[in-house]
Amino acid sequence: MIKSNSGIRKTDVINRRMFIIGAAKVVIFVGIVARLFSLQINENKKYLTLSDKNRIREWKLPPTRGNIVDYFGNVIAGNLKVYQLHIIPEQVENFNYLLVRLKNLLNLSDKRIARINKLKAELKPWDSIIVSENLSWSQFVKINNYLYDLVGVKPVMTISRNYPFNDVYTHVLGYVSQPNEQELLENEIIQERFVPGMKIGKLGLEKRLENHLIGTNAIQRYEVNAYGKRINQLEHQKGEQGINIRLTVDTEIQKACGELLNEKAGSISVMDIYTGDIIAMYSSPSYNPNLFLFGISQDEWQLIRNNPLKPLINKTLSGLYSPGSTIKPIVALSALENKVIDTKFKVKCTGKMELYGQTFHCWKEKGHGWVSLKNAMKQSCDTYFYEVARLLGVDRLNITAEKFGLGKKVLGDYFDNEKKGLFPNTKWKKNNLGKGWVLGETLITGIGQGYTQTTPLQLCMMTAQIANGGFAVKPKIIVDNNPISYEDAKQSMESGLFFDTDSEELLDKKLFKNQKNIKIVQEAMFASTNERFGTSYKSRIDDPKYQFAGKTGTAQVKRISKRERELDLELEQIPYKDRDHALYVAYGPYVNPRYALSIIVEHGGSGSKAAAPIAKKLFKLIIDRHDLRNKQSNFERITV
Amino acid sequence: MFQHDRLSNEITLFQKIKNLDYILLISVILLSVLSVFVMYSTDGGEILFHTKNHFVKLAVFFPLMIFMAFFNIKFWHNFSYLIYFIVILLLIYVSFFGIKSSGSQRWMDLYLFVLQPSELMKVAIILCLAKYFHRIKIENVNSFTSITIVLSIIIIPIIFVISQPDLGTSILIALSGLIILWLGGMKIKYFIYSFFTFLISLPFIISFLKPYQKLRILTFLDPDRDPLGAGYQIIQSKIAIGSGGLNGKGFLKGTQSYLDFLPEKHTDFIFTLFSEEFGFIGSVGLLILYSIIIFRIVRIGSISRSNFARLFCFGYAFAIFIYIVVNLSMVLGLLPIVGSPLPIMSYGGSSMLATMIGFGIVLSAKINHKQMIA
Repeated sequence: MIKSNSGIRKTDVINRRMFIIGAAKVVIFVGIVARLFSLQINENKKYLTLSDKNRIREWKLPPTRGNIVDYFGNVIAGNLKVYQLHIIPEQVENFNYLLVRLKNLLNLSDKRIARINKLKAELKPWDSIIVSENLSWSQFVKINNYLYDLVGVKPVMTISRNYPFNDVYTHVLGYVSQPNEQELLENEIIQERFVPGMKIGKLGLEKRLENHLIGTNAIQRYEVNAYGKRINQLEHQKGEQGINIRLTVDTEIQKACGELLNEKAGSISVMDIYTGDIIAMYSSPSYNPNLFLFGISQDEWQLIRNNPLKPLINKTLSGLYSPGSTIKPIVALSALENKVIDTKFKVKCTGKMELYGQTFHCWKEKGHGWVSLKNAMKQSCDTYFYEVARLLGVDRLNITAEKFGLGKKVLGDYFDNEKKGLFPNTKWKKNNLGKGWVLGETLITGIGQGYTQTTPLQLCMMTAQIANGGFAVKPKIIVDNNPISYEDAKQSMESGLFFDTDSEELLDKKLFKNQKNIKIVQEAMFASTNERFGTSYKSRIDDPKYQFAGKTGTAQVKRISKRERELDLELEQIPYKDRDHALYVAYGPYVNPRYALSIIVEHGGSGSKAAAPIAKKLFKLIIDRHDLRNKQSNFERITV
Repeated sequence: MFQHDRLSNEITLFQKIKNLDYILLISVILLSVLSVFVMYSTDGGEILFHTKNHFVKLAVFFPLMIFMAFFNIKFWHNFSYLIYFIVILLLIYVSFFGIKSSGSQRWMDLYLFVLQPSELMKVAIILCLAKYFHRIKIENVNSFTSITIVLSIIIIPIIFVISQPDLGTSILIALSGLIILWLGGMKIKYFIYSFFTFLISLPFIISFLKPYQKLRILTFLDPDRDPLGAGYQIIQSKIAIGSGGLNGKGFLKGTQSYLDFLPEKHTDFIFTLFSEEFGFIGSVGLLILYSIIIFRIVRIGSISRSNFARLFCFGYAFAIFIYIVVNLSMVLGLLPIVGSPLPIMSYGGSSMLATMIGFGIVLSAKINHKQMIA
């Protein structure tokens, strides 16, 4: 009985205490359910995202660059299918054996093998290593034949930049190559779209228009496991090709420029005098940009780099030259505008001019006798222009020269390497050299020597603005969204207004005070080319359809000593480096002008012998292509 | 009938079958079937090693449970101490000759399968203490001798288990033992005092922990301190559970486990996989199933005439509860990671064997609930 009582009491205790536990259990289970609720319902989105981030990995493929086409739609920078060979390390059974096989099949260098081994160590095992970027078709076939033996090797067809005209456009377009670290840091778009094997613009328009041309990556999404191995492909998102860009250039003319400057150092620029379209812009010698696509070999690079004619320099934009006598139309115009001279004003040329004990020589030792403006320009009489410059003064001359575009960048932002050149005045000398201006300097500035430095494109634009009747043009190389036809541009100019395509406004861009003065200069330039005794008379074309006006220039690269002047050496007898630069600026057709050009042949000797004949050959082509070009103005606009 | 029962304590086999607790039985069967399917999912939707072995173990241990249920509860009472001592001997054996795996020595090779005696101790300690409190007079429960004895019963196996080392199992053994002390009538103030003593000595205890155990505590406090190292398991587990959402990703569609982001998915993290594939609804469903089992065991305890059966059932119900809570809290990031399986669901023979033995004794208590034990 006692025992039983004790048993009952114990049972009570157990039951009571069990009740407390039971209550605690309910509370704890509710707590767990609450936690489940918070994770699975409240924070479901967050964890779902995290789970997708775990399992989905994206592989970006290189974007396809936009094409660059010429005015006529010919592709001048396009894309080409190339065959590549990739290795996926995680799939390779015996890496060393594979490398030996590939080395034999593709004749890989030891350096290349070492590079592949280095890449293998750096990359993740599922990232592909590019063994060869550009396989020939026969190599590609060979690899495919032996594929059974090459486990882990993947022949890939991909797209690469291609320049179909090789060296013709190198200085305009630049080239593409793999980005370096700095370029990745500077450009966020490149950084974002970067994938190994991708190429970016390194120079020229390819670099400048990178963000438009680059295109977007195609993206392949794969489900991967915890070790990063691809399990299956989820989707393939197509990339968009970069924007196609149409330039104002004419490949036929550009090509002709290259042929005319063959094996010479120099530059040719051709411009539409109304629209400012750059028709051609060639710097010689050039080099083949395709060489850079898959890594240029050391030998080829040294060949380009050490060429004494300096192919790496874009002479059209970065070459600075004394304009020589090609400046004379501006000197004449400035003097006329400032009413320092008139057409009747005459100077007697005796072959030299004395000033404060210094002698200034005319190129013609015997002198030209009494010369007026027209004759002085025609025969390029230096004495006449010494006198005119003396009367005009450098500061007034500077104002006119700068108005016509000297001392300023022509294409503004488009090319990093464009130089602005220099047209001096007294203030400039004081500020930069700390010395006062000397009158003798005014004289040599008047014949385009001394401090004056111009780029070939500046001379071309200067000529264009004289040719179109003295109106400012806005040079351009890219066809913009509102291309203005040649007729409209001409019409608006002749009505005294200028249509600015950027602001879409009609602006007054007259560069003259009295248009008669422009006419006088034009006539003088005409005489220089088309009248007897004109410096470029031999290069004239009589057919009015092609007839052009121009001005020769011969820029000294060093001071001519008295002895040399007496010797009067032939070109071949002078060392190459000391020979004069030959220049020629011209526009045509004379009756109804359309195009201006500038030609520079470095160390070519006299302008009349080395530069003007090139213009004769070129003008025929330029004018013949005018109608074709006009028909193209309604060309479907593929522009930035 | 009543008379007959009282006079002879023998029950016929037919009556035994009739007296089985079918709600508990069906729940255990449901849980077993579910566990096979989940194991099939951990094998990536194929019948591979884990699925096969899990199924085989269920096929052996489930009948074993029924077989044990047919023993009279008196039998379990009589052999409680012996069972406890046998398991202690096994623990001693393991500590000398056990199989080592990943730094701890917990297992013994029985040719057919590898036994982890510490898992058996989880049930044996309940049996042993239930008998002790059944036999002791209520007045003597709080005597010095009795406290010394029960604490020794708890501490001896823990010393062996903790030295294996196996913190998770030792905690579970300790909690299973303590609950009997509580139910048996030990003074509440003792629990309160020891709790505060424990709190105060916690820093001291932590200083005795092994470096990896300390790391687990630090990781629990801030899983993001080393997301790819120590925190990886818990972060991936939370991602898997959280991404399951209301309905789950679907059977065999749990990306976290399928793509190997989940560690230990067969054993301690089995719930993570389940929860990812079956979502909140499935998880709550599983909790309800477990609740039914726990409730049934408590119910069997409360209809038992003998305090031994009552103590065992209450204690075992609490033990099952504690296993679930520790495991779920761990995978849900509420507790530091301590190795503790989820009963029946987790892969592991010893754990399942112990669980099934426990269920067997509970069923025996049900069949013989009118049995008095002197």
